[in-house]
Amino acid sequence: MKTFTSLQQIQPLLINGDLSLEELVTSYLSKIEFSKTNSFIEVFGEEALLKAKEVSSKIKHGSQGLLAGMVIGIKDNLCYKNHKSSGASKILENFESIFSATAIERLINEDAIIIGRLNCDEFAMGSSNEKSIYGPTLNPHNHSKVPGGSSGGSAAAVSEGLCLASLGSDTGGSIRQPASFCGVIGVKPSYGRISRYGLFAYASSFDQIGAFTHSIDDAALMISIMSGQDEFDSTTSKRNPPSKGPVFPKSKLSIAVPKDYLNFQGLDTEIKEKFFLDIEKLKTLGHKINYVDFPFIKHIVPNYYVLTTAEACSNLARYDGAHFGFRSSESKDIESTYLSTRTKGFGIEVKRRIMLGNFVLSAGYYDAYFSKAQKVRRLIKNNTKDILENNDFILTPTTPKTAFNLGEINDPIDMYLQDIFTVHANLTGMPAISVPLKRHSNKMPYGYQIMTNNFEEDLMFNTAKYLTEHLKQS
Amino acid sequence: MDLKEVLNKYELVVGIEIHAQLNTESKAYCSDKNEFGQVPNTLISPISLGHPGTLPMFNEKVLEHAIKLGIACKCNITKMMHFDRKNYFYADLPKGYQITQDQTPICRGGHIDVKLKNGEEKSIELTRIHMEEDSGKSIHDLDPFNTLIDLNRAGVPLLEIVTEPVIKSSEEAYQYVSEIRKLLRYLDICDGNMEEGSMRCDVNISIMLKGSKEFGQRVEIKNLNSIRNVQRSIDYEIIRHAELLEKNIKIDPETRTFDAPSGSTKAMRTKEAAHDYRYFPEPDLNPISLSNEFINKMKSKMPELPNELFKKYTSKLGLSDYDANNLTEHKEIANYFEKVIEHTTNYKSATNWIMGSIKSILNQQAISINEFQIPAKHISELIKMIDENKISHSLANQKLFDEMMTHPTIDPLSLAKKNNWISKEDEGELEEIIKNIFIKNPSETERFKSGEKKLTGFFMGQIMKATKGTANPKTVVQLINQIIKEF
Repeated sequence: MKTFTSLQQIQPLLINGDLSLEELVTSYLSKIEFSKTNSFIEVFGEEALLKAKEVSSKIKHGSQGLLAGMVIGIKDNLCYKNHKSSGASKILENFESIFSATAIERLINEDAIIIGRLNCDEFAMGSSNEKSIYGPTLNPHNHSKVPGGSSGGSAAAVSEGLCLASLGSDTGGSIRQPASFCGVIGVKPSYGRISRYGLFAYASSFDQIGAFTHSIDDAALMISIMSGQDEFDSTTSKRNPPSKGPVFPKSKLSIAVPKDYLNFQGLDTEIKEKFFLDIEKLKTLGHKINYVDFPFIKHIVPNYYVLTTAEACSNLARYDGAHFGFRSSESKDIESTYLSTRTKGFGIEVKRRIMLGNFVLSAGYYDAYFSKAQKVRRLIKNNTKDILENNDFILTPTTPKTAFNLGEINDPIDMYLQDIFTVHANLTGMPAISVPLKRHSNKMPYGYQIMTNNFEEDLMFNTAKYLTEHLKQS
Repeated sequence: MDLKEVLNKYELVVGIEIHAQLNTESKAYCSDKNEFGQVPNTLISPISLGHPGTLPMFNEKVLEHAIKLGIACKCNITKMMHFDRKNYFYADLPKGYQITQDQTPICRGGHIDVKLKNGEEKSIELTRIHMEEDSGKSIHDLDPFNTLIDLNRAGVPLLEIVTEPVIKSSEEAYQYVSEIRKLLRYLDICDGNMEEGSMRCDVNISIMLKGSKEFGQRVEIKNLNSIRNVQRSIDYEIIRHAELLEKNIKIDPETRTFDAPSGSTKAMRTKEAAHDYRYFPEPDLNPISLSNEFINKMKSKMPELPNELFKKYTSKLGLSDYDANNLTEHKEIANYFEKVIEHTTNYKSATNWIMGSIKSILNQQAISINEFQIPAKHISELIKMIDENKISHSLANQKLFDEMMTHPTIDPLSLAKKNNWISKEDEGELEEIIKNIFIKNPSETERFKSGEKKLTGFFMGQIMKATKGTANPKTVVQLINQIIKEF
């Protein structure tokens, strides 16, 4: 069967009867079966076919939802009622959620089909998808390379065509970095756009659910449907959801380019050179380029890790073997239950972050670390707001490099630095998208990141579409 | 050492923390029902269970209750505040943290005024009141091998009320806790039931040599299930501390539990390994910003409080301190009294009826005045009938009141008429009766005429018998003194 890259290709065929949804789902299922990337942890095959049948009959009656024909995979840190969800962790092995995430419910209400759950780094902590109890996901473009992380499975599955779209979560770049590595679109909406209810909390004031797609229209549609206030998440915004598809692009754009990002030592030379060429091209198209100061680049990753680990150590306290999930067989009393369950249930990276978080919150260190980091976060927000008062968006490469080899990065700090361009949007709560515009001479794809002011998703999608038309490397 | 000896030498310093469970319909951070005594683990959604992916949502009723208590205690209400997480592991705390307020308690300062037995008044200063959630319940004594967990209570809203270390005697402590409970009940935000644990009290206690400025080692006492036990535990601890100090033994910084049957305290755990709760702002809940309008709206919703009623009863209504105290002790009694005096200005009589006949019925039937059958309006009508001499007080008290209990829906005047208990106001008829009695009892009449006044009682009895008690005693006395002259 033909590989589809947007819902707009699929829906007319379904409506005029040239394509059967059951066949479409079957073709995805068989692709998943033959895939070698280890993207899927579990496939909901039978259910997906049943739902396909149901949606088909709705299509016949003309009563189908907006996402009829969209087959979606979900990251393994989202709750889907009566389905397993483990955060790719031993500690939640075989845990079944008893409710569905609001975002998933909203997609299902529009007749999306959930085809399975996707691999990721344990509790969304990682940048390579190597930290999963289910083993690493491989990059579909080159199986010796990582797909990025933490939503590596979600990026790889869409890239490989195992589903049309997928859901991921983004705390510091966990959607945009793998999207860049796998050559697909990855969107993190504004903080508060999409309810976090049903997303395993990693760092509550950073986490957002987002989407992977091949087309910007699909991404905009999915984000729009998932957006909006939710009584189960007090941090959701009351604003109306963004539009369901990009509207007209602005004729003249004012583009902020942070010099300090491009001067980052770890930035690949070729990526940097091509980026400057593209900047020139945008200038010749009549747009204004403003090189702006962002003096916080040195602090951005440390700041992010102080705050996210603090929230994480508290968010992950509930995994203690007492009420649900894995309980160590060495549990004898309450203390040994906690100690042994958490020692055996969590992987090394999760434990590292829990310890870091407890350290920065502990008496005597709180002011020096947590409290200070909160102040720095405020400065970063203010600085970025200033930049976006005067510019339409901030443009950077999404990642300093293309996908690296499996096992290549072992030093945690080096791994953390992979997020240097993406954590910015999570620290400020702003929406950001990675658009797969480029291919490196090493044959790996990579993307550019567009970051707009809070709740300016419409402008973000418009710009993404415009840049795709003008800068996409074939 | 006995208490008196100890108190001659040492000074007591006590601070009290009270946890009051709020009587909201649902829990503090989710829509699960807040009900005591339900089948264990039935009032639990995934949010109460702390399942992955769940988030809290704040019940604004909790905010209203907290502000009411803050206004009643004359606290400063915090305008900008947030919640914090208090992190610790325990099996009845499924999230691994408690949502509470650390840095920005909703109320700061304020005070509770108490009256002591010797008539002295004292103001107990509050440090703070903050909002938080309760944990689940660990049940250690039901299963010999396991601790059982009931999460119905997990997430029930609490107010924690903390005093400064200013309480100087166990009586002050007793009065303070009584006063807080009374306030919680008047505000209708907590039922104040210490046995069920809907109001819990922790006492921090230390002693120091009189005149010293340095506090002694502090000990915390928990598990106090009545106000009386708060007082008892302090009296016990004062002596225990003093005896240790006298022997030069260091007092351990520890948490102790009170054993009610023996009246003593026992060590529960040492505080050496002090907890580090790693508080930080709760990122899942938005900060709260209170407007003056909202606070004023809460002020306008405040019921009359016991101290205000006390003042009103003693100064405006002219009741004694004793009566005013009795009436304001329970909100329901005060409410009933207020309803009675809507229709009568005989406040003393209203008090006497409530604290006398009515109170004894309540005690007999073990009911609260809310369940008392006779409407307040009928009591005020009864008072009016007596005041207007329509019925004698003794008849009202002995017969009509019982009849009102039997027919609570019928007004007392109708009941009295039906039973022929209305005082005979026709003096002509009464004169005839009196004359007849004089004639029938010549020797008593002779003695009465010659000045034996104590026979008034004898004639009164005869007349009452003849009139079935309906004669107004005052009129009877007047008439017999008048008619005897004619004999």
